[in-house]
Amino acid sequence: MAKSLMTGLIRKYKLPIRSLYVLYTLGLTSCDALITSTNQTTGIIYCSEGSPTNFNPQLDTSGTTVDASSHQIYDRLLDFDPHNGNVTPSLATSWTISDDGLIYTFQLHKNIEFHSTKYFSPSRSLNADDVIFSFDRWRLQDHPYHLVSGGSYPYADSLGLDKLISSINRLNGYRVEIILNQPQSSFLANLATDFAVILSKEYADELQIKDQKDKIDSQPIGTGPFKFVNFRQDSFIRYQKHENYWGQTKQTENLIFDITSSSSLRLAKLITGECDAMGLPAHSELEIIRQSKGLVLDEKPGLNVGFWAFNTSKAPFDKPDVRRALSLAIDKNALIEAIYFDSAIVAKNIVPPTSWAYQAEQKNLSYNPSAAKKLLQENGIEPGFTMNIWAMPVERAYNPNAMKMAELIQSYLQAVGITVNIISYEWSTFREKLKQGSHDSVLIGWSADNGDPDNFYRPLLSCAAIKSGTNRALWCSPEYDALIDQALHFTQVEDRQYFYFKANELIADQLPLIPIAHASKYQAYRDNINGFEINPYGGVRLAGVIKN
Amino acid sequence: MFKVILRFSNLVILTLLVLSFFSFLLAYLFPGEPLANLSGVRYGSQEQLNTLAEVYHLNSNFLLQYWHYLGELFVGNWGVSFSSGLPLATEIARTLPASIELSTYALIISMFIGLPLGFLAGIRHHKTTDYALLSVSVLGYSIPVFWLAMLMIVVFSLQLGWFPLSGRLSLLYEVPKVSGFIMLDIWWSDLDNKSAIFTDALRHLILPTLSIAAFTTTVILRITRRSVIETMSSDYIQAALARGLTYSQILFRHGIKNAIMPILPLLAMQFTTLLTNAMIVEVIFSWPGIGNWLIQAIYQRDYPAIRVGMLAVSTLVVSFTMTIDLLIRLVDPKKSKVERVAI
Repeated sequence: MAKSLMTGLIRKYKLPIRSLYVLYTLGLTSCDALITSTNQTTGIIYCSEGSPTNFNPQLDTSGTTVDASSHQIYDRLLDFDPHNGNVTPSLATSWTISDDGLIYTFQLHKNIEFHSTKYFSPSRSLNADDVIFSFDRWRLQDHPYHLVSGGSYPYADSLGLDKLISSINRLNGYRVEIILNQPQSSFLANLATDFAVILSKEYADELQIKDQKDKIDSQPIGTGPFKFVNFRQDSFIRYQKHENYWGQTKQTENLIFDITSSSSLRLAKLITGECDAMGLPAHSELEIIRQSKGLVLDEKPGLNVGFWAFNTSKAPFDKPDVRRALSLAIDKNALIEAIYFDSAIVAKNIVPPTSWAYQAEQKNLSYNPSAAKKLLQENGIEPGFTMNIWAMPVERAYNPNAMKMAELIQSYLQAVGITVNIISYEWSTFREKLKQGSHDSVLIGWSADNGDPDNFYRPLLSCAAIKSGTNRALWCSPEYDALIDQALHFTQVEDRQYFYFKANELIADQLPLIPIAHASKYQAYRDNINGFEINPYGGVRLAGVIKN
Repeated sequence: MFKVILRFSNLVILTLLVLSFFSFLLAYLFPGEPLANLSGVRYGSQEQLNTLAEVYHLNSNFLLQYWHYLGELFVGNWGVSFSSGLPLATEIARTLPASIELSTYALIISMFIGLPLGFLAGIRHHKTTDYALLSVSVLGYSIPVFWLAMLMIVVFSLQLGWFPLSGRLSLLYEVPKVSGFIMLDIWWSDLDNKSAIFTDALRHLILPTLSIAAFTTTVILRITRRSVIETMSSDYIQAALARGLTYSQILFRHGIKNAIMPILPLLAMQFTTLLTNAMIVEVIFSWPGIGNWLIQAIYQRDYPAIRVGMLAVSTLVVSFTMTIDLLIRLVDPKKSKVERVAI
């Protein structure tokens, strides 16, 4: 019947059989064109994890905002060398520091053009006024732009930069002088962080006349490798190449952030080629990425440390020997395998290996339960002793699963005769209670956003940090404080290293906390992408990334 | 005829009034300030809030407030979204066409596949072809749409890598928005690489369209099959057979026309099912349509967006259904006698 129907149709409408064949082959070839993607517009699509709150990292320390703005739209006076963490020239070609360490003078690059966009055409290139404007915005309470977009500058505030700087002066069009209230050798490193971006004063002035001041953070103008085009919440951010970019890198024509909050969807898009690169792959998905053909997974040790801190204000944890015994009782390597899926390295110091204060040769206590038992007994801790371990309730890069880690430690300690209670609260309560010091020990960590080792040593273990709530061990050693203070008085890395190495020794001897792991930073991309490197010091950098 | 139109418009207006009243009520039923839920402004200055309260007449009685709310709806002042801060009218204008477009293509595909197959099954009634098609249709009928969509992604995107799995155009392309219908917009645009963009849009369309079309195709197949069976067994067909016409003559001269006429309205009605299915599938394919947008609004507790989104979708469905129904009554003389109307 069907056949007769078909022939009936053909006869009725006089369809030549041959034309059917032609149609058929046409169909096949167009199908072929359909299933192979041919993008003629060149550009890179980066799958990011969320919408930025604005496009000014001065205002927000969240990684999402930093990723979307810091290295794409803006430049800083200085940068970090991603390989060794040294401070390198950026907008400032050179700088001098006075002998007393109080006056920093920066010589600026000439002919650095700001972005020319639909909403702003610059009439001049970068000069000292822009630098002064950018710093004064967060530094001076009465600055016309200080209160714009909320008026809180968390990074500068947390480091007390506004109090550190006494004045900023314009020496000439391309020379700026910053005078500090007291010497601080980590100052240069702070200027190289993601948050010390340089904005355009000319643009700010123009907006002020138009009375549209808050546009400065939503329609940004900078000197960076890409200029902002448009942004749709939870969908995309579009950037275009900055034609007159001063740097050496070769930029792709278009840069797009495809905002995809689910990490599995980001990975799926990477596999299908809808994204060229993705940020923040989940630890559990790393293996899939490694095994997928055409995908590359890059890994670099991150600037963080996950640790187990003891409350040194409480007996018996005030005895270094007890802390040492507990350290002997756990197997860090096994912990890392179970918790980090091998995506972290065993920590020796509190600073990660990328830092110049790291000492590879430092000896660590290795797993030795019988020695631990003996040491515990010598210090009067009998089998059946009970202690608590606080495990943080949230997932962090430095410790993706503190609860599970606490359970593992629980079983290790059981082997040496110690009973462990695991305690956890809702995150804000947890931190509040930690500050009060009601814990015996806690599993937590620290992420730094700055290449300077002071960013680890000071907040984690200095006496002053007990009050500000970042010293989880509540450990106060005048000797240690003197070491890290002295380190800041010197500017040469070799001189500072001397003090930090001494501090490392002191920590290893006293063990107020046991550093466990430095979790790695990951990024995944397709194998036709070139020049995409992990920036261990903060946000993602897409300058110089090219698609073949 | 005039009477019928009048009845219909009464019904439409009444239904829409009830819907809009419900959406107005939502502003009070949702948590938070009614003013914030109506206007979308949560953290305005006192001055701004006072002006808004005046616009919505929040100090007057409830019914009067509703009356002014209707007025604001008509002039296109639908409030702004909590999460993006953009006017909801433009957000809806951006997302609704995307959903309609997806549903339309799915309807066309369903018709192109469902109708001929339905005819085939009807003609081959009680034969292997019929049974085979029927069992396939049961399969299509019972597979959940979202599951089929995921299956399509796993096979065609992740395994074979043939088609993209999200969005409706590669983000590298930027097509100026005119109608909101991507294919038309590409057609009207003066971009130089039109054909590449067109292919790209088509690649994005295929999987979502097929996932939604699967269900409707089987529905259409079954409706058509039933209608063909009924038509072909009716007396006039038997009479024609007795007069010595061949089977294909009967089919082409009388069968097709008489089988299709009664089911055309049923087919058009599938559009609303399609739209609801599309809203589900959009979420899976990250299609920038109203379904996806509403789900995001629900996640983010964006009350003004939920309020307006619900109103927009229901208005669209009600007006579409009623229009089709009216057209049928006007065209089909058999039904014009029916006094009462119903949705």
